[in-house]
Amino acid sequence: MAEVILETVDLARQFAGLWAVAGVSVKIGAGEVVGIVGPNGSGKTTFLNLVTGYLKPSRGRVLYRGRDITGLGPRRVTRLGVARSFQIPQLYIGMTVLESMLVGLAVRDGEELKFWGRLKRPDRVREAREVLDRFGLGRLSELKVSALGGGERKLLDVALAFALGPELLLLDEPTSGVSTSERYGVMDTILGAVGNGRTAVVFIEHDLEVVRRYARRVLVFSEGRVVADGPPDEALSARGTGP
Amino acid sequence: MKGRPPLRPLGAVLGLGILLGAPWILPGWLLFLLTLALAKGLVVLGIVLLMWGGLVSFGHGLYFAAGAYTVAFLYRFLGVREAAVGILGAVLVSGVLAGVVGLFLSRYRAIFFGMLSVAFSMILYAFLLKFYFVTGGTDGLRVPIPSIAGFEPPARDIRTVYYFLNLGFACLGLFVAHRLSGSPLGYLMRAIRDNEVRVEYMGASVRRTVYAVYLLSGVLGGLGGALVAFNVGHVAPDLAYWTTSGEFVFVAILGGTGGVGAPFVASAVFELVRNYAIKLSPYTWQLGLGAVLLLIIFFYPEGLWGLYEAIRSRLSAWPKSSSKR
Repeated sequence: MAEVILETVDLARQFAGLWAVAGVSVKIGAGEVVGIVGPNGSGKTTFLNLVTGYLKPSRGRVLYRGRDITGLGPRRVTRLGVARSFQIPQLYIGMTVLESMLVGLAVRDGEELKFWGRLKRPDRVREAREVLDRFGLGRLSELKVSALGGGERKLLDVALAFALGPELLLLDEPTSGVSTSERYGVMDTILGAVGNGRTAVVFIEHDLEVVRRYARRVLVFSEGRVVADGPPDEALSARGTGP
Repeated sequence: MKGRPPLRPLGAVLGLGILLGAPWILPGWLLFLLTLALAKGLVVLGIVLLMWGGLVSFGHGLYFAAGAYTVAFLYRFLGVREAAVGILGAVLVSGVLAGVVGLFLSRYRAIFFGMLSVAFSMILYAFLLKFYFVTGGTDGLRVPIPSIAGFEPPARDIRTVYYFLNLGFACLGLFVAHRLSGSPLGYLMRAIRDNEVRVEYMGASVRRTVYAVYLLSGVLGGLGGALVAFNVGHVAPDLAYWTTSGEFVFVAILGGTGGVGAPFVASAVFELVRNYAIKLSPYTWQLGLGAVLLLIIFFYPEGLWGLYEAIRSRLSAWPKSSSKR
């Protein structure tokens, strides 16, 4: 494995007596593309929420590049280089696609509290358009986010995370709500845009064909634990792989 | 585009001409109302900045009163009559107050933010009411005619001088708000209204953003309060009462949040409607005001600015559509 950028040690989270994540210890290397599969309620999204600081673990640790980030909030985790997208895209509905991207870039550049400069600075607009083009959203840049379709929203959600220049990109079901025929297109676009060899991508997915095609390594979750970890064919033939 | 009238520049020149010529065009009472509207428009502008982030402050009377009383205290205890010192003092006091209150309020959203802001303003109201020996209690305090940069304006020109002082600060407030609206901070505030989760997952602090805008909003409130104190020549605890804060929210909704000029337009309309409502029906004038607001919300939910935008787009489209026929 390449240099480890994320490591979880016995990570666990309990909700009202039920262990949603029950001791997950995994390592993710730089530039890896890892798929996470497992039935509903197996702890996949909770795992992402624990890693990104949305939830605090009941037990265990999260290490990012060897630094203990357990208990840090989403803002600080994101600042360290971990970005994520969501099962239900989290977007700025009242803004245009371009404005959404510009806000992300301004925050990345540490200009979020700047009240005198312009958000729509020419160099920033150029960069925003470049990112949107990479995700096939350039032609939609002047549209309101509320006017986008499901697949486009998913792509924008990922693009907003990608624009932050993360070293670890966590995608929660990037193809859910997207028609079967568009799934490969969405994944091709995402991994084509991200595919720089440096950014590790961890994605949760229910469609096992998508996982087989794009993941180099698969983590199979069941009842809050990782029950299989390895190359797709090997891991998916292990027990508990049904979504 | 050819042949279309340059509506925006024409409107701007016309508007500026009316504003600059107002002291010589309008009768004294109307000029006074317009002057008040400009000062109160600054407070409403502060509320609108928070509304960009989906926050409604029902307690801006706190800063309004703090600004006004700073001017009155400076005269009462230090004998300061200079408008520049009074305004600077009001801005500082309201800024410090917003800095302290904002630390607490920036943690809350929705109804909790609104109600807690009322609570703070009512604490000041109770203080102003009960500490008679300092604040003058319900009688309030007198604010004398100020000197302006050392210049003592003659009594017959005082209304004109006040008007231009208020117009100047309104223009400054407009300029600052305009810059803010196009800045990363302004957009981030609107992003917070849309989706706080995404804002945090972009690495920005929702609390710090709200705090920064709240600070500016409080300063605008204090500035408006100081100007009103000079205009009216008297301050009273009612300035901090929740109905005063509610009135500012009323005007903010009346104007809408679409443009930075809306608070001033709405403030002027509000003062006029209230004036005529009181004249026509002294005991039920609130009924008239309520009816006007209901009508505007019903037909133009985006407020008077929405009405202006609708008229402007129709006028802009008119030559084009008529040439198609």
